[in-house]
Amino acid sequence: MINLTIDGRSLQAEEEKTILEVSRDNGIDIPTLCYNEDLEPYGACRLCLVEISRNNRSRLVTSCLYPVEEGLVVKTNSDRVLTNRKMLMELLLARCSGVKVIEDMARKMGVEKPSFRPQYLDHNECILCGLCVRACAEVVGTSALSLVNRGVNREVASPFLDTASDCIGCGSCVYICPTKCIKMEDSGDTRTIRNWKVNFKLKKCQKCGNYFAPEKQLEYIRTKLKLPEDFFDTCPNCK
Amino acid sequence: MVRLSSPQQLEGLRKSIVERKDRSKPCIALCVGTGCLAYGCTDILTAFKNEVEKNRLQDKVDIRATGCPGFCERGALLTIYPQGIFYQRVKMEDVPEIISETILKGNIIERLLYTDPNTGERYTKEADVPFYKRQQRLLLDSNNKIDPTSIEDYLAIGGYAAFAKALSHMKPEQIIQEIKRSGLRGRGGGGFPTGAKWESTREAHGDIKYVICNCDEGDPGAYMDRSLMEGNPHSVLEGMIIGAYAIGANLGYVYIRHEYPMAVENVTIAIKQAEELGLLGEDILGSGFGFKVKVSRGGGAFVCGESTALMASLEGKVGEPRAKYIHTSEKGLYNRPSDLNNVETWANIPHIILKGADWFNKIGTKGSKGTKIFSLVGKVKNTGLVEVPMGMTLREIVYDIGGGILGGNKFKAVQTGGPSGGFIPESLLDLPVDFDELTRVGSMMGSGAMIVTDENTCMVDMAKYFVGFLQEEACGKCLPCREGLKRMLEILTDITRGDGRKEDIELLERIAATLKDASLCALGGTAANPVMTTIRYFRDEYEAHINERRCPAGVCKELITYSIIDEKCPGCGLCVEPCPTKAITFVAKKKPVILNQKLCIKCGTCCDICKMKAVGVK
Ligand SMILES: Cc1cc2nc3c(=O)[nH]c(=O)nc-3n(C[C@H](O)[C@H](O)[C@H](O)COP(=O)(O)O)c2cc1C
Ligand code: SF4
Ligand code: SF4
Ligand code: SF4
Ligand code: SF4
Ligand code: SF4
Ligand code: FES
Ligand code: FES
Repeated sequence: MINLTIDGRSLQAEEEKTILEVSRDNGIDIPTLCYNEDLEPYGACRLCLVEISRNNRSRLVTSCLYPVEEGLVVKTNSDRVLTNRKMLMELLLARCSGVKVIEDMARKMGVEKPSFRPQYLDHNECILCGLCVRACAEVVGTSALSLVNRGVNREVASPFLDTASDCIGCGSCVYICPTKCIKMEDSGDTRTIRNWKVNFKLKKCQKCGNYFAPEKQLEYIRTKLKLPEDFFDTCPNCK
Repeated sequence: MVRLSSPQQLEGLRKSIVERKDRSKPCIALCVGTGCLAYGCTDILTAFKNEVEKNRLQDKVDIRATGCPGFCERGALLTIYPQGIFYQRVKMEDVPEIISETILKGNIIERLLYTDPNTGERYTKEADVPFYKRQQRLLLDSNNKIDPTSIEDYLAIGGYAAFAKALSHMKPEQIIQEIKRSGLRGRGGGGFPTGAKWESTREAHGDIKYVICNCDEGDPGAYMDRSLMEGNPHSVLEGMIIGAYAIGANLGYVYIRHEYPMAVENVTIAIKQAEELGLLGEDILGSGFGFKVKVSRGGGAFVCGESTALMASLEGKVGEPRAKYIHTSEKGLYNRPSDLNNVETWANIPHIILKGADWFNKIGTKGSKGTKIFSLVGKVKNTGLVEVPMGMTLREIVYDIGGGILGGNKFKAVQTGGPSGGFIPESLLDLPVDFDELTRVGSMMGSGAMIVTDENTCMVDMAKYFVGFLQEEACGKCLPCREGLKRMLEILTDITRGDGRKEDIELLERIAATLKDASLCALGGTAANPVMTTIRYFRDEYEAHINERRCPAGVCKELITYSIIDEKCPGCGLCVEPCPTKAITFVAKKKPVILNQKLCIKCGTCCDICKMKAVGVK
């Protein structure tokens, strides 16, 4: 066990845990946008910055990545942390004004609107947190998506901006996206995910007749788990 | 060649090479570095070969194709040994005369000598040319003394003696202590103590360790790493071999920017030669120590030079940085302990081992030891690569070596450290250049690019240029860098267009603070330097743009007007035709021409053409 102080509270933590995990375990809230406990941390949104100090010298670190150390003193709400977080929110708002989660989060931090000229405001809904890409690669295991291009031109995309051929239509990326900018629709026997330019035929339950999941996804799961051929003939409700 | 199996055999080979060389035999050393290629040096080289044959001098004269000695602006460069005669701006036509006059008769061809534009004085020897005189060329000096593709040449000037010494007389820990004691700091930008880095990689857990050479050199305009790798690849390899032996690494990588084919070629040849001699591979010089080196071509992005991005790229992944809370000395390439050093850092190692830490320690300043190669470009008379002891002042570099400002203009600022370096104003010209001093004034060492600007440079425009470069080159992974640079660029663009707002300076400072504090890697962390230093030292220019819609340097198109200064214009009419919009009307001889503001698109052509300086810019 490791002893450390977060916001004045002396805490104990297991080795190899990050500052973010230890804080959350102890009910200390640190805002995040690119973190999900089931995925590898990534460090892109920078909102989880905290100030650590050692021998009178302090610096900002990314709490979702920083492993706790013996004797660490952490401040999650110092002036330096708050000033930076506010600017990050301003930059985010300028990128995607009109995205509700971001607006709410900004308001909570006391940022109503960015200091930039209105003409600067983009209307991008994707904040490039990379959660969809990581979920697809790490959880689903299909790696249908990636982050492409450098700098300001960066975007999430299917290979060559074409149909995501490896996509199985599971919707994990849709559920994980914090800004809800991935558009998925089920209508009749088809599921469409517009962002990745894919359409899937949905499987009909042989008992209740409802369309319940893309055939490609069911086939993927069935082969992966070596399930019997007729395993997905009925939907989970009718099983 | 036979494989050497002991340091003694290596010394024996060196002795026989040196003995075979006739030091009095004339040698024409022609630079075939990348800079001189532009001046047709490959043709000149062929011409020399033909001319020598024609005169049946094959056995009497050596011709050596060398790497870059730094004064590329004056290419094609030629040094004639043993006298050390230095010819510049050599052309095809000069070849027969050089052979018949200088080689055969020993006469100097005056017009090929370097003439100091300030004093009109001519210099015969390289060492006397002002550009070279104040330099201390520890690393670059060998470039025109050897053929980079000949290991014999390198051995002849004492190559691999440092490694032989390390291998036979020093324990790995001793080597590390020597490097630590030398005070060598990494030349890749950050200035991290090299010995400490080696030590932590040596002490890290793991059987497999790597050493890597960073020859990505993404800084535009900088080419010191290239010239070392092209001109003296064995010196870099020797440094790596010593480092690998000290650290306990058996595999090394040289990561080279993909635009550097000659560097790739020359280091590949060097590796092969070293392998053949038994200086690389298994059981090197019979010591039991084995080390291999592989060459890898870069991903082509500026950010790929950053250590973690470089390692990702080496692994075949997208070159994106990751947070370095776990050091690469513990978990680097393939999650194994890895030591990454810059080309110039590696090239310093043999010198330190051979001559000792105490010797190295005497060069430089308290906190920065040794020499540093800078690429001096911009508005100075002499541009090129200069190697000087740390602590030489900016003034000495710009005026004594660079020869001062071009065209009699006034100095304005020098930007050091590459795209994320800072601008240093005239009042700080006496600043001794080392890692700490540059950081103290808001700039940095970076790779060593040095751009000199004059009175005709607009500082807001410069800041805009660099921010523009960085926002394109950043990887875009983290929010402050990606979005912050984008907003900074927009604000700076506004200011240069006369649309700046009073609060913009403060806003730039706020974004800059977050870039510095919150970015994931050092690209974002230093990206605001050009903006912050121009605000710090040239705030009046920002204010003139914002408050008076005026560009004091006369650069920002939207804020300037061209007009004819009637008293100065004798109506020669030279500018009338070239004006793309027919904005200038000829009146009569001896009458000033008329410039129609409504038609003028501010291209500046008239201003460039007019010899009478009769076109004014405001
Ligand atoms: C954006 C960025 C680009 C870099 N580019 C280079 C480069 O081109 N060459 C280099 O040697 N170091 C470069 N560096 C520094 C490296 O990350 C690293 O610190 C250095 O290669 C270590 O070698 P040294 O200790 O010998 O300086 C860069 C760093 C950053 C942040
Ligand atoms: S829906 Fe497609 S892209 Fe999204 S997580 Fe599933 S497989 Fe990946
Ligand atoms: S689409 Fe959603 S999850 Fe994916 S990067 Fe953009 S905001 Fe994040
Ligand atoms: S600071 Fe810039 S270059 Fe570095 S990781 Fe962030 S976006 Fe990429
Ligand atoms: S600046 Fe260009 S467009 Fe304007 S008058 Fe001169 S040449 Fe013509
Ligand atoms: S070139 Fe100069 S001097 Fe000649 S007409 Fe134009 S402004 Fe007048
Ligand atoms: S949550 Fe840590 S950087 Fe996004
Ligand atoms: S390339 Fe010839 S002097 Fe630099």
